[in-house]
Amino acid sequence: MIQVDEKGFYGKFGGAYIPEMLHPNVEELKENYEAILASKEFQDEFRGLLKDYVGRPTPLYFASRLSEKYGAKIYLKREDLCHTGAHKVNNTIGQIILAKKLGKKRIIAETGAGQHGVATATVCALMGMECTVYMGEIDIARQRPNVERMKILGATVVPATSGSKTLKDATNEAMRAWINNPVDTHYIIGSVVGPHPYPEMVARFQSVISEEIKWQLREKEGRENPDIVIACVGGGSNAAGAFYHYYNTPEVRLVAAEAAGLGVLSGKSAATTALGTPGILHGSKTILMQTEDGQVVEPHSISAGLDYPGIGPVHAHLFDVGRGEFVAVEDKDAMVAGIELSKLEGIIPAIESAHALHALNMIEFAKDDVIVVNLSGRGDKDLETYIKWGQY
Amino acid sequence: MNRIHTLFNTKKERVLSIYFTAGFPALEDTMPIMEAAQAGGADIIEIGVPYSDPVADGPTIQDSNMIALENGISLKKIFAQLEGFRAKIHIPVVMMGYLNPIMQYGMEAFCQKCKEVGVDGLILPDLPMQQFQDDYKELFAQYGLVNTFLISPQTSEKRIREIDENTSGFIYMVSSHSITGAKAGISDEQIAYFERVKAMNLKNPRLIGFGISDAETFSKASEYSNGAIIGSAFIKTVKDSKNLNKDIQNYIQSVVN
Repeated sequence: MIQVDEKGFYGKFGGAYIPEMLHPNVEELKENYEAILASKEFQDEFRGLLKDYVGRPTPLYFASRLSEKYGAKIYLKREDLCHTGAHKVNNTIGQIILAKKLGKKRIIAETGAGQHGVATATVCALMGMECTVYMGEIDIARQRPNVERMKILGATVVPATSGSKTLKDATNEAMRAWINNPVDTHYIIGSVVGPHPYPEMVARFQSVISEEIKWQLREKEGRENPDIVIACVGGGSNAAGAFYHYYNTPEVRLVAAEAAGLGVLSGKSAATTALGTPGILHGSKTILMQTEDGQVVEPHSISAGLDYPGIGPVHAHLFDVGRGEFVAVEDKDAMVAGIELSKLEGIIPAIESAHALHALNMIEFAKDDVIVVNLSGRGDKDLETYIKWGQY
Repeated sequence: MNRIHTLFNTKKERVLSIYFTAGFPALEDTMPIMEAAQAGGADIIEIGVPYSDPVADGPTIQDSNMIALENGISLKKIFAQLEGFRAKIHIPVVMMGYLNPIMQYGMEAFCQKCKEVGVDGLILPDLPMQQFQDDYKELFAQYGLVNTFLISPQTSEKRIREIDENTSGFIYMVSSHSITGAKAGISDEQIAYFERVKAMNLKNPRLIGFGISDAETFSKASEYSNGAIIGSAFIKTVKDSKNLNKDIQNYIQSVVN
C-alpha cells in the first residue's frame, strides 16, 4: 500500500524533522487538517471555488495528432487551463480555506519560478489576506513578470539572499519567517515537500486531478484506469495529484519525469532519484542531491519549477519500492517536446510539463495503450525561454 | 560522570555556554577558539557543525556556515581537529548541528567518534523528540552523550514536561519566537515565559539562548535560569577579530563580569 502512516512516513521517507520552534505550528495543522478537510463546509467551499474560480474540471483532451505520432491513445490532462496557468492553484485554494478555518491572519509562501507565489498571491487577494512570498534573489531577477504579477495581486515579495539564492533558500526563509511568526501565520507550502502533514495534505488537494481523470476516462474510454500516467516531478505536486488515486492500482504504470538539465552526469542536473541519496531537507526524509558530507547541492534545470534538489517523500517511496518509473529528461529534449506539442496540438506547454511529454520517447508501451500525460502548466511564462531556444 | 552533569552539580548559576561555527572564520580556528573561550571563562562550548540549509538560524550564523563550508569544513575535518583536544580543554563540549550531515557521516559512527574524542553532548535542532525516542535515545546513551532539546514560548507545558523527562543534560530555552541572532534586549513577555518555565521546577537545568549578547542580557537571563547561551554575538566577535585569543577572552569576560 502506498499510504502515509500515522507518523507521517511513506515507507522510509517523510516524517517531521523540524526545529522545536515549529512543532506547535505543525502540530496544530496535523491535529486539525483531516477533520477540517472532511467537513462538509470545507468541501463545499473548496469544490465550489475549484469549479467557479479555478475552472474545474479541467478537460481530459484526446490528443489525436500526438497519439498518431507515438502510436498510442494519448490524453492530456489540461491543468494548464486552471486559473493562473497551472495546477498550483488547486493546493493554494485548499490551504487558504484551511488557514481561514484555523483562524490565521497572514499567509507566507516560498516560490521558485513564481508560479506557486502567484497562485498564493491570487488566493490571498481572493480571501483578503495579507501575503508575503519569499523568493530567491536570483529567481527574482530571472522571473520578473511573475514578481510583478504577485505585486499587482497585493503580495509582498521578499528576496531570499542566503545560500544559493534560489528555491531551496526561499523555502528556508519561509520556514524562518514561520518560526518568527508562529501564532497568526499559515505557511502555504507549494509542493508535496516539507514536514508531515504537508506532503499528504498538498497531495490531497492535488488529488482532484486523478479523481477527474478517473471519471473522464470512464466517459471517453469506458474504463477508469489508463495503462500509464506520466507527470513531471520537481518537488512533485502535480505528479502526486495525477498519481494519487492510482497509487494502489498496480496495473496503472506511474511514470515520473525528472529534469536531467544538461545531462544526468553533467554536474548541471536536477535528476534527484538518479543522483540523490537519502537525506533530510526542509523537514522530511527523502532522496536528496547532496555531497558526501551531507551538504545540499544546487540543482540545474532549464525549467525553474523542476529546479529543486529533493523530491517529495511519497515520490522517494514510489522510487524506492519500484512503484514509479523514473526517467530523466534533458533540457534540450524537453524543449523539443514542448515545441512538438505546440505544432501538433496547438498547445504551448510549460517547460516543466514538456519534460513529461518527452518521457513518451523514453518508455515502452503497446500500440493501443491509453496514456494520460499531466499537462501541469501552460507555456506563457516560458515564452522567453522558448524564444532564446529559438529552434521552432 | 558526564562533564555536563558534573558542571551543573557544582555550578547552578550564571552558566555561560558559547556557540561557535567550526571552520569559521578560518578552517583551522576550531582549537584556538575553544582554548580562548575556556580561558575567558566559558563553562560549556558548543561546536556548530556547518550545514548548507540551517533553517533555525538567522543571517549571522547562516553566513558563518557558508564561509566555513567554503573554507572546506566537514564533519570529518572537525573530528580530525578535535583529535586529542581533551589534553587542553576540560570544560563540557557539545556538538550542535542539523541532522543531514550527521546522517551522511552515519549516526552510530558519529556517536562513537564523539565519545572517542571526548564530546559530552549533542544539540540537534531538527531532531524531533519522537524520532529521538524511536531511533536514537539508546544509541546516544550507549556512547554517553547527553541530548539537549529546545523549547520555545509556544511549547506547551505538557511537552516541556515530556522533554524534561527525556533529557538529562540541560534544556535549551529559546528566548522568543525567533531564529538565532534576534535583536538584543529582553521584553516583559519573555520574562513572563522565563518565570512560567522556572515555576515548573523541572529536573533539568535551563539555559536561555537566542538574543543573548552582552553582560546585561546574560545577567537578565541568568536571573530566571541557570545561565545562557551566546551564539550570534560571539560569531560577530570572532568574525571581526584580528587577534582571536585576546578578543574572545575580552568578550567573554565582558559578559560574565
